[in-house]
This record gives sequence, structure tokens and C-alpha cells, in this order.
Amino acid sequence: MSASTPATSPSGTQAPTRGGFSRWVQRVTSGSTWTVYALLIVVFVAILVMNPSFGEPMSIMAFLKKAAPLIVLAIGQYFVIVSGEFDLSVGSLVGAQVVIAAKLIDGEESMTWPVIGLMVLFGLGVGLVNGLIVTLLKVPSFITTLGMMLVLYGAIRLWTGGAPTGSLTEGFRQWGRGGLPDTPGQFQVPYAVLITVVLGVVAVVVMRRPFGRTLVATGDNDVAAAFSGTAVWWVRTRAFLFSGFMATVAGILIGGYAGVTAQVGEGLEFMAITAVVLGGVVLGGGRGSVVAAMAGALTLDALFTLFNQLSLPSTIRPAVQGVIIIAAVAYAAMPRRSRTAPPGAPSSPTTPAGVPEPTVPKEPQPAAP
Amino acid sequence: MSTAVSTASPRAGSVTSGPRRRRLGSTGIVYLALVGILAVSAGLVAAQGGSFFSQGNLFYLLSQTSLLGFVAIGQTFVILCKSLDLSVGYVVAWSSLVAATTMAGDPSRIWLGVVAALAVAAGVGLVNGLVISKLRVNSFIATLGVGLIIKGYLDTQYKGPSGEIPKAFQGFGYTRIGPVPVSVIVLAVVMVLGVVLLTRTRPGYHMFAVGGNIDVARLSGIRTDRSIILAHVLCSLCAGVAGLLIAARFGTGNALVYTYGYDLNSIAAVVLGGTLLMGGRGSILGTIAGVLILASLDTVFNVLDVSPFFKDVLRGAIIIAAVAMYARRQIDPASSRARFRALGRSVGPGSGPDGGGPGSASPTSTTGKEATR
Repeated sequence: MSASTPATSPSGTQAPTRGGFSRWVQRVTSGSTWTVYALLIVVFVAILVMNPSFGEPMSIMAFLKKAAPLIVLAIGQYFVIVSGEFDLSVGSLVGAQVVIAAKLIDGEESMTWPVIGLMVLFGLGVGLVNGLIVTLLKVPSFITTLGMMLVLYGAIRLWTGGAPTGSLTEGFRQWGRGGLPDTPGQFQVPYAVLITVVLGVVAVVVMRRPFGRTLVATGDNDVAAAFSGTAVWWVRTRAFLFSGFMATVAGILIGGYAGVTAQVGEGLEFMAITAVVLGGVVLGGGRGSVVAAMAGALTLDALFTLFNQLSLPSTIRPAVQGVIIIAAVAYAAMPRRSRTAPPGAPSSPTTPAGVPEPTVPKEPQPAAP
Repeated sequence: MSTAVSTASPRAGSVTSGPRRRRLGSTGIVYLALVGILAVSAGLVAAQGGSFFSQGNLFYLLSQTSLLGFVAIGQTFVILCKSLDLSVGYVVAWSSLVAATTMAGDPSRIWLGVVAALAVAAGVGLVNGLVISKLRVNSFIATLGVGLIIKGYLDTQYKGPSGEIPKAFQGFGYTRIGPVPVSVIVLAVVMVLGVVLLTRTRPGYHMFAVGGNIDVARLSGIRTDRSIILAHVLCSLCAGVAGLLIAARFGTGNALVYTYGYDLNSIAAVVLGGTLLMGGRGSILGTIAGVLILASLDTVFNVLDVSPFFKDVLRGAIIIAAVAMYARRQIDPASSRARFRALGRSVGPGSGPDGGGPGSASPTSTTGKEATR
């Protein structure tokens, strides 16, 4: 189900093959969670071959800093998607948060923290509204968040009169572009990366807790979840709250990294959904791991870096992106009996039919990332 | 209005009986909402001393309707099949370019241009349908990907407007017969064809069945892949017609048409029209009402000179509010067939490929709307 639950991974239900290696190969090619890690490595190797200097710690950190907002967004989107919904409003929300920050802070260093607090509240508020409309008013999340996207897009421009005004402070922007230790030009670990790691760990822990399990169960079959005592509406609303919070953090990071423009956040919702799906998370809910979703975001950003290295004309990039996401999902969806066969099914692909293999003690699973 | 459709067999209508017979179907509610919005619009415009139903306003409303209408009718087929098409905006742009560059200002090449544009559109639909049904890619991702591919091609190939539409064909965009634009007449023809397809023919019934529950449909002997491919080809064809219309209005083809948001707007219109986003229930007449609602909002905002940003806010809020208004009713378990009454399921893309819940297991279930027949 998710990489954070190795006990349920397919290998547990398959007849053991020769050694851990072929099992590992099978898992990597299985098209689910593990494929994205393989894809990520392939893309990284390709970039390194094209441009060996990319492997230097500073370049890697610069790359991670650029990728951090999308990873954070992917975490938030993962919560919503795994619970069986969509959130199309995150792109607008990121844009709205950046504009709000610029307008309210307006260069006043002392305003930085109060405004960040306000932004978090605003993000949670948007998530809460999304969640309640979806769960209590039963409006499909696609429509709810589409409407929210329009509302936010219009409201922010209405408020600022069309173009973003004000400016961000250094104290605000450091989160997106600064790092530890604070010596520009030398190696440093960007705050953005630290924040992303912390949020990633929190997400993994949350998904292992009862809430996470309930979330996945709700996404898999909300009727069954409801009959087993889950308050489906509250579980899903909390997923939207997470998404709103993550979009806020992403907004802070993007605002710090790239500054304020009118186009901030445009198209980010589709990027985030693409990243999550690239990570093997099934649209419609119930399947996929949060770490793989983060890896999907990283892969997407690595692909864009690769396109840069290949100096493709920028106009052709969407086409390549389209081919890749279709290919990745088609590959994951290829019929494989190992993924659909129930435990103990008579014909597992690794077991020649009719040859009962002796049960070998299960080998220790590779540590879950 | 009473032709609101589902695959209800004649007998299914008699299952729901009693007071429910008089309940308003979702299409009825949509038309009520439309009437309400028209009334409010007329009142607001009248308060400003204008007339909402003036010739100019009606013409604007109808021409807005026809553009989105074609795309939304196509989108209805796809959504009925529990699929989705996010590539329509790019298809509209592409077919307008193909038409304009093929015609190249030569009146004798009009039909060639029309055929070429529709062929390109149908080809995109075929690819969409094949990717979704044969490669089993989720429709959201498949059509998003195909759309991105087209976007990449268009941006690389066409820098700015190109081609020229002959004067004779520009009439498709501007001419009116009496007060009615030609494009609206074409839209009406397409609408009638669509309604007949969905309510009177086998492929139409199959679409409802596939959208209701694809596994049950397959077990009943329906070639589900064909239904999905057909729906996508029809959807893209409709988008192609919209592309022709846009080309006729502009007099040239333009790639930037894809920024007009036809993809999300058409989905909003379809859902506003009472078609379930999870497939299996809905009607083209409802979709038309949804399009009319969006178009009258646009018209009244225009007349009242509302700030374009405030327009977005209102449009978003109204879409949510309108869908919320009848979302509860649609999934009201009591409106399903009695047998499934206890198993009502919430709306949303919540049922994954393996999560087909019991609620979706009633492709021939009856809502109140059949009872109004």
C-alpha cells in the first residue's frame, strides 16, 4: 500500500525467488512506489553524464532548494489524493499567499512573523473551507477546489488592483533562499531543504499513525471506512487542512526564492498532481506512499533540469513532460498479476505453475526510506 | 426537460413510486436555477436602467453559449463514461489553426479545412481514448499529458496567429438568421444529435453503463473500451467544431485560444448541468442549462461592468453554491433504487479503479428524474 508499510508490499505474497536481488529487480520494475526511485536515479545519472559538475554538493543543494516548494506541495497534495479527492486550488493559494505576504509586510521587518502567522491561518482556513464543502455539502472536490481556485485568483487581484504591491523583507525571504551556515557563496544547507525534510518526516510519521491509516482506508473505500467507524468527513477535511498548510509553506519558500510576481503559483496544482502521480500514488485514493510522492516531485524537477542541460527549446518542454507522465502512469498500470493476485493465488508470475516452491524464510525487507 | 436521461429501463421508472414521482429531477433543478439567475440578472440590469433581454445582450449571451456549448456537450459524453478530458482547450486551439492554415483564405478550400480540422480533433480523441482504455492510464493524467503534448507542439510550431479564414466561412461566426446566430443553430443540431445518441441508441446506453460501473458493463457483454474511445472521439470532435467557430470569429487561427480555460469551464458547465462527475448519470439538456448559466453570468457581469477579478470570485462561488444546491439531492440514497437504498455513496472521484463501491453498482438506478416522465 505505501512504502512506509513494508509488511504489505507485494513481495510478502510472492513465492520467494532466487535471492534478494531478483526480488528487488521485480519490485523496482513493478510500476508502483519503487519505480519512481529508479526513475529518479536514471534521471540523475543522465544529468551527471551531461554535466559532471552537477554532482558537487553546492549544485545539489541549489537544485534541492529550487525543488523544495514542489516537494512540499506534493506532500500536501498526497494527503488529499490518497484520501480520494483532488486539490486544484493549491496553485492559486500559493500565489495568494505570496501576494498577501508582500502586501501586508511591505518591507517592515517587524511584520514578518505576524504575517507568517496570518498566512498559516489563511492557508488552514482555505483548507477548512475546501474540506467542509467537499465533505458536508457533498460537492465533488474537483468542482470545489476549481471554484476556490477562481475565487482566490479573483479575490487577490481584486484586493491588490491587478498587480501585486508591497515588498518582502529579508527576514521573510531567507527561508526561501538562505541557508545554514549563513555564509553566501560557500556550501550551506538551505533552510528550504531543512524545512522540507522536517515536513517529510512529519508526513511519514503521520501516515504511520492511526490518522494516516484511516486516511488511506477512506481513500480506498469510504463506505467501508464509514461502516468501520471512521468519521469520513473529518478525516478528509483534515487532509484538506494539511494541503492548505503545505501550500502556505510552499508559498513562503517560493516567495523567498523567486520574489513576488503576478504569475506566482500558476499551473502549480497540475505540477503537484503530476508529481504525486509520478510517485505511484493512485488518483482516486487508497494507494501510494508519501515518500514516493516527494520523490515524484524531485524527479519532475530533475527532469526539468535535464531539459535545461539538453537545451531543448522551452516551448517543447510541455510536450516532453506530457509524454513522460503518460508513459510513467501507463507503465505503472501495465497488467501485472503480482500486483493484483491475492495472497496464495494459484499462479503467481514468479512461481512456475504447478511447481510448489519450498517456503524460504522471509528475508529482511530493505529499510523503508 | 423530462427527457433527462439515465439508462433507466422503462420498468425502472415504476420501481420508484409514491410521492417521489413528483420530485424534481436534477435537470429540472438546473433549469430552475437558470431561470432564477436570469430573473436576478434581469432585475439587476433593470435596476440600472437597462434591459437584460435587449437584442445586443441576447446575442452576446447566445454567442457565449455556442462556444462553450460545443465543448461542454463533448465533455458530457466523456464525463458520463466516468472519464475526463482536460485536453479540449488545446484541441480547440489546434483545430482552429488547422482550419485557418488549410483554408489559407481560399474559399474553394473551405470544406478541406473543415474536414482537416475535424480529422485532427478526432485523431486527438482517438489517442485519448486509446491511452485511457488500452494503456489504462487515469483519464486525468492521460488527457493532461496529451494536452501538454499538443501545447508543446503548438508553441513550437506556431508563433502567433496564422492562416486566414475566407470571408464565406467567417459567416459561421457572425451571420444570424433572424435574431439567432448560425452557430447557435449548429449547436442546437449537435445537441439534438447528442440527445438522440444518448437516449435512443445502443452506444449511448453503453456509455451510461460504462460510467455507472465499468466492471458490470463488461460482464454484461459491453465492449467498454469502444464506449470510452467513442466518447473521447465525440468529445474532441465537438471541441474541433468549437475550434472552427473560433477560427471563423477571429478570421484566423490562434494558439493562445488554449488559455481561455475551456477545459475547466466545460467541466464546470457539465457538473453544473447535473451530470455526476463520477459518471453514469446526466444529460445533455442539463449541460446546456449549465452553459447557459455560465453565459448569463458572463453577460450580466459585462452589462453591469463588474471588475474582471470580481467576476472570477463570483463565478467560483456560484459554481460551488449551485453544485452544492443539488449535490445532496443527487446522491440522496432514497432516490436510488430501493435495493441499494442503504448503500448511498458520497460523490467525488473517491472510487478508485479498485474502489468501485456499492453505490456505483447501480448503473440503471433511478433518480427522481425518470419519475417525471
